Amino acid sequence: MPSPLLVKGGTVVDPRGSRRCDVVVQDGIIIALTPDIEAGAGVRVLDAEGCVVAPGLVDLHAHLREPGGEQAETVLSGSRAAALGGYTAVLAMPNTTPAIDCAAVVRQVQDLGQAALCDVEVAGAITVGRAGERLAPMAELAALGVRIFTDDGNGVQDSRLMRRALEYAGGLGVRLAQHCEDAALAAGGHMHEGAWSSRLGIPGIPAEAEELMVMRDLALVRLTGAPVHFLHLSTAGSIAMVGAAKAQGLNVTAEVAPHHFTLTDAEAAGYDPVFKVNPPLRGEADVAAVRHGLADGDVDAIATDHAPHAPEAKEEPWDLAPPGMLGLETALALALTELDLPIERVLALLSWNPAAIAGIGDRHGALAVGRPANLCVIDPEHAWVVNASQLASRSRNTPYAGRKLKGKVRHTVHNGEAVVVDGAAQR
Amino acid sequence: MKHLLSVADLGREGIDEVLRLTDNFVEVSQRAIPKVPTLRGKTVVSLFYEDSTRTRLSFETAAKRLSADTMTFTVGSSSVSKGESLRDTVETISAMGVDAIVVRHKSAGVPWRIAAWTDASVVNGGDGWHEHPTQALLDAYTIQSRRGSLNGLRVAIVGDVKHSRVARSDVLAFSLLGAEVVLVAPPTLLPPSLDGWPVSVAADLDSVLPSLDVVYLLRLQQERMTEALIPSLREYRTGWGLTGDRLARLGSDTLVMHPGPMNRGVEIDADAAGDARSVITTQVANGVAVRMAVLYLLLGAGPPGEPSAGDGASGALAPAEIETAPEPARA
Repeated sequence: MPSPLLVKGGTVVDPRGSRRCDVVVQDGIIIALTPDIEAGAGVRVLDAEGCVVAPGLVDLHAHLREPGGEQAETVLSGSRAAALGGYTAVLAMPNTTPAIDCAAVVRQVQDLGQAALCDVEVAGAITVGRAGERLAPMAELAALGVRIFTDDGNGVQDSRLMRRALEYAGGLGVRLAQHCEDAALAAGGHMHEGAWSSRLGIPGIPAEAEELMVMRDLALVRLTGAPVHFLHLSTAGSIAMVGAAKAQGLNVTAEVAPHHFTLTDAEAAGYDPVFKVNPPLRGEADVAAVRHGLADGDVDAIATDHAPHAPEAKEEPWDLAPPGMLGLETALALALTELDLPIERVLALLSWNPAAIAGIGDRHGALAVGRPANLCVIDPEHAWVVNASQLASRSRNTPYAGRKLKGKVRHTVHNGEAVVVDGAAQR
Repeated sequence: MKHLLSVADLGREGIDEVLRLTDNFVEVSQRAIPKVPTLRGKTVVSLFYEDSTRTRLSFETAAKRLSADTMTFTVGSSSVSKGESLRDTVETISAMGVDAIVVRHKSAGVPWRIAAWTDASVVNGGDGWHEHPTQALLDAYTIQSRRGSLNGLRVAIVGDVKHSRVARSDVLAFSLLGAEVVLVAPPTLLPPSLDGWPVSVAADLDSVLPSLDVVYLLRLQQERMTEALIPSLREYRTGWGLTGDRLARLGSDTLVMHPGPMNRGVEIDADAAGDARSVITTQVANGVAVRMAVLYLLLGAGPPGEPSAGDGASGALAPAEIETAPEPARA
């Protein structure tokens, strides 16, 4: 067991509010949470002066690429990026090779997660091979601890199959998460359809390709009563529909990605595929709607959609390059810099809301005596510039290289282990 | 100017300069020995990831008439078929010390990426649906040489604008030169958004026909039918093809243009292609001279103080050559 820790001098912010508080951690557990604790002998002090001490962040959407894509990322390298970004838990997406659609691959990723710098929760595929044709063994995977199922990267196109998946999942107490994209309407598209795609000669993906599936899934939630989590919503129409559904009491949750509140489709003008992502960067009105949704509660969580790709893949021509951007090391700073929201709301979006959605609210998302010590210490005034070559991810595909951000993680404690100290990963 | 990637790089003045130079190179092309030593010692590579014999031959002819060395890199016969990346290919070619790379690729934007990876000048020989600037320049030259100027002319671009790099470049060039551009196409073959395009739109070719100074027909790819963009080639021809009937309703000095290769009987009937008002083969002829002008601008006319093309005495050859030409191309 690592030595006891004292997180000293910070302001604790969690679902119960803000207060000046020090935190003592021993044997992986928070054992004291009161102001002005003096360090005893053998206690390692983590300076939190001027900082926010928050429950560790939880990412609902990380592509860790293992197994199959180890040149781009591994569970270990991705977890290091996560810890540096303040995360103590990430949900590993199942679009690996092979897909996480059977017990063997779930166990493989869980085993890899044992050595990680944060908790690695595993999302299972809804359908075998994410092919959208027959159900994956959800009960077997749920028994291994899988709480979220998704074919992310693909939406489940077949409405009847999606209905059955919702009914089946409802009985297991697990949640389906949908990548909303009507494949036929989106077919062949490589960026948001609009003035920019028309000018640049890049085939477009209309906003309606996303909205059609949001609309259908809301109907299926009404039909089945099973909950749905909407992944990476990107359009004003999607946000509005989810907001209206919530107002009617439907059991739905939604996440958005940092790039959808910070970048627009105008970024495609230089044809650099580092700006290619799916759902694509949208127009200004969509960005405004995403920001509004984050502020007013229509959106529950910020999720990174961390999607590492090797440099050579992102040097392909735009339409041949794979979609996706790094996110774990920049999400918090982007939220603090770009969103005009109180820190409590930012942390709700990044920590306790996603912890609840992922079904890990017992271990993440709150600070209290007796709970596992999963926390991060954030210096909200720390200004820094994103340098792609210094990121811990194995890949370099951040769209924010050179961007000035404010707010940085100083320390991250995962299950009582100080995995990040003074902005440096400890292993 | 370092690269020619988009018509927008040139602006109005740049286009005028290319067209002025083209006059001179048309004259060179008409000589018994149509060759000047302007780019002696320069190397021009054509890097064609997509089959386009006519564009490639036009560029290579232009380069040879300027005495540049030319190399051809086509996908079938290259390391690309062995899995080499675009960047590695470009860096390999650059390492050989080439001066210009003419690139054709089925993906929009590739010339922009290449320009970031090489010290050579990059000429966009057509990128996906996006741009084909030298086609627009030769089209503008063809119209200007027949009508004196594009200013105030009404030009219809007819057909598959959505998938057309020619249309995107032509719209830019023609409007910069003062023409009024109208796009004529079924809505499925227009770009999803025309925000910011200096054009008007007509769904019906017949309604605009009598008012046109130029009717520019785009090639209709056969596969558009299978994408549910048009019901049939027959229906397309009936609505938007330049048939004999429509030809009869064109003005006596209206120009008929097409970037080639033509689908006779679809977007253009044989009568129209062969009509006296058709300048389709003139477009091809002018293509060589326009591309000579472009290569000259990029490689032969360095900024003051920098060595220009060739060695010493031959440095400023193109202007000198042209001034000693037997007679000016235009009075």
